[in-house]
Amino acid sequence: MTITQLEIQLVAAVVAAACALPGVYLVLRGMAMMSDAISHSILPGIVVAFFLVENLNSPLLIVGAALTGLLTVVLVELLTDTRLVKEDAAIGIVFPALFSLGVILIARYAGDVHLDLDAVLLGELAFAPFNRLEIAGHDLGPQGLYAMGAVGLLNLGFILLFYKELKLATFDAALATTLGFAPVALHYALMALVSVTAVAAFDAVGAILVVALIVGPPASARLLTDRLGLTLVLSVVLGVACAISGYWLAHVLDASIAGSIATMVGGCFTACYLFAPTHGLVAQYLMRRERRWTFARKVLVIHLLQHEGLPEATRECRVDHLQEHLSWTASFARQVVAQAEDQALVRRGEGRLWLTPAGRALAQEAVVHT
Amino acid sequence: MDALIDILYALATDYTLRTVALGSAILGLVSGALGTYAVLRGQSLIGDAISHAALPGIALAFLLTGSRLTLVLLLGALAAGWLATLAIMAVTQTSRITFDSALGLALSVFFGVGLMLLTYIQQTAGAQQAGLDTFLFGQAATLVTDDVWTMAGLGAVALLGMALCWKEFKLLSFDPAFARSLGLPVRMLDTLLMTLLVLAIVIGLQTVGVVLMSAMLVAPAAAARQWTDRLGVMVALSMAFGVAAGVCGALISSLVANLPTGPTIVLCVSAIVAVSLTLAPRRGLLWRYLRDRRTRVRPPVAVPADENGRP
Amino acid sequence: MSSSPAITVRDLTVAYRESPVLWDIDWTVEQQDLVAIAGPNGAGKTTLLKAVMDLVDPVAGQVRVLGEPYRAVRDQVGYVPQRGSVDWDFPTNVLDVVLMGLYGKLGWFRQPGAEERATAREALAQVGIEDLADRQISELSGGQQQRTFLARALVQDAALYLMDEPFQGVDATTERTIIDLLRDLQADGKTLVVVHHDLQTLPEYFDSVLLLNVRRMASGPVEETFTDENLRRTYGGRVGFLHPPSEAS
Repeated sequence: MTITQLEIQLVAAVVAAACALPGVYLVLRGMAMMSDAISHSILPGIVVAFFLVENLNSPLLIVGAALTGLLTVVLVELLTDTRLVKEDAAIGIVFPALFSLGVILIARYAGDVHLDLDAVLLGELAFAPFNRLEIAGHDLGPQGLYAMGAVGLLNLGFILLFYKELKLATFDAALATTLGFAPVALHYALMALVSVTAVAAFDAVGAILVVALIVGPPASARLLTDRLGLTLVLSVVLGVACAISGYWLAHVLDASIAGSIATMVGGCFTACYLFAPTHGLVAQYLMRRERRWTFARKVLVIHLLQHEGLPEATRECRVDHLQEHLSWTASFARQVVAQAEDQALVRRGEGRLWLTPAGRALAQEAVVHT
Repeated sequence: MDALIDILYALATDYTLRTVALGSAILGLVSGALGTYAVLRGQSLIGDAISHAALPGIALAFLLTGSRLTLVLLLGALAAGWLATLAIMAVTQTSRITFDSALGLALSVFFGVGLMLLTYIQQTAGAQQAGLDTFLFGQAATLVTDDVWTMAGLGAVALLGMALCWKEFKLLSFDPAFARSLGLPVRMLDTLLMTLLVLAIVIGLQTVGVVLMSAMLVAPAAAARQWTDRLGVMVALSMAFGVAAGVCGALISSLVANLPTGPTIVLCVSAIVAVSLTLAPRRGLLWRYLRDRRTRVRPPVAVPADENGRP
Repeated sequence: MSSSPAITVRDLTVAYRESPVLWDIDWTVEQQDLVAIAGPNGAGKTTLLKAVMDLVDPVAGQVRVLGEPYRAVRDQVGYVPQRGSVDWDFPTNVLDVVLMGLYGKLGWFRQPGAEERATAREALAQVGIEDLADRQISELSGGQQQRTFLARALVQDAALYLMDEPFQGVDATTERTIIDLLRDLQADGKTLVVVHHDLQTLPEYFDSVLLLNVRRMASGPVEETFTDENLRRTYGGRVGFLHPPSEAS
């Protein structure tokens, strides 16, 4: 592994970590698509700032971009507040308009400067090591690493500082307001962070991959845990893992690094979607199957309990009667009875089923609890 | 007046302009119609996910067939867009992942896969792939007569499907629970409507590109909603707005140097939205403002409408 | 029409995810009965209606409508969903919504014509809002929305009507209109099953009642079933404020 390769992976990992942190809150608040809107609509902000300072590396570009990101949020909220369009339609109207403006500005006035549209959307991580940070003649490493590192630390600091306020504003905005936590201010601060993250990251990975890294790892982490703190940690870990494995996938295929990282994010999510404990598809399926049997056993003992000691009990408590009465198939009824026998809930005798004390207790408990 | 004659003259004589204008008109027509349902059902952003998701389909279609025929590439886009739609529906229905997260994931992951394939093709197939990345931002100028025919054919299928299932789609969008109680196959209708939506999106990819295509679904419908309270009129208006934006954008971008077609069309349709939101009678913001002022100046005698709506 | 009960539910158990919503329900509705379903929030009232219409998969048990599986008698069942379940800003008018009740009978591809429109206007007249036919639905009051939904069910010309809280949030005039309509329908031989929240009016409006709280707590004629003790069992301690029906009127 060359030093260049190492640097690319380092940048990719830092980008992934920086994106995942605010991403958790976007995903939890049901605002994942705001990352898409912001990452596109910052384009005109960058362009205008570029016209003003004529320097692609100026921090003013980040400021311009962050302002347009906030402008997007404000415009979407203004449009939604008119109640003439729904929120999703408002997003779908605002960001394409702003992005189009940016594209046209580039095409009209920046045709010959290095502000390449492909780079904005797709990013080129492979170039990250070429922009070096040099101070007093000392090479300190790729610029992107420092820019992203700073943004990542900013995100981390913000989340650590306002951890409980963010948590409250995310899960109970009304309570947060009454407690004086100003969820609106937090909301805008979070959106500003997303904007800054997006603009710092898109240089390296492009606008679309920013969305993958903001939404993908947190969505995957949500399938793995119910705890907010753990979701944050897992999102960062998964994001970094996708970034590094994506780099090597690109290396093997000789393809776009950004595209490969997004592909790995997709793979990671699919794996979590299918195999996550408790929330994964397989676990859900197994749980449902198990619950079906548990349920059936409960239904059986309750049925027996209800007819216990009554004159019709001899008829109602026969195995073949269960099929008809509970509309179970013969084999299903047989299996349920066998399971109930194994668990000593019922016993056979005199051509019918009898409740054991354990079975009676279970039935009584089920009746009380439901 | 002179300018108008110039434009008409250009349309009559300039092959490229005519083709581009015609293609943009078809795209506006079909996306305006199908976009209405996306907007009404609160699924405005699904178009964004589907259009981005089409990219790997285009790349794979080229990789597998080696063909650069528009129809082949669009069929690939159709398949990928459809797959993404199904994935979004499946993930939201079977897990705790919400609709917006599923959209963001599908959008970026499919696009990332497409990007990976595209760069892979560039490495292996060399310069032959020229034309594929026009789908990224759209390049209306590359449209030829055959492309317009392809768009018209696919568009006709989408519009025909919508017309045939008109009342079913209306009920599905308004009251799916009641539709199910009538025994309508709601899941099947849902999938069908989504498929037609994918079709509408695929048609526009070559002209406005995957990034901006979603605007062509949302904006005309959102504008049309302000002018009418009837679904039929809304669909017709939305189609008209789509066509107007498409043709205006194509013309303006041909008249001004260095003005890309796709973004120009999107700005045109955004302008239509802005005008509709402010000026539309009764719902528009200007109307609302004037009404509020009138009521402030002369407080109305309170005459609450009775149960039958009579004052 | 067959002489079987309008609805027969046997040992019905329905569960969403973790917990049972309906547990082991046995319930019969005779034809031409006017039945209320009452119970606290989350008692499974809407789920029971959905189970009758085969819209949810039961874990166990069996439902028959007019002696048949629902599928076979679908066109004889009219449904009035909760008013809040749809977006009333949808671009359509009252007549159009009422016409939706005929979509099942129309079949694929056919659009409603003059005949269907006449039927829909008749139904609107029956609920007393014939002059609102062309009104945009977002401009309706709560009572008018409810009448629109009722008219949509009326055009279905069903033998059995399932209504989910038709009295929710309507004005007194509408409430009167609805209850008169229910009585008229009953006199016409229809069976009506209505989810009803207001325990004060229940004994006055309905002939029978099903008290539901996940399990069937009691069911039968109102005068026998709607007792303090049954209500207390159904609602737990939460009906302490409730006056006995005799004092309430």
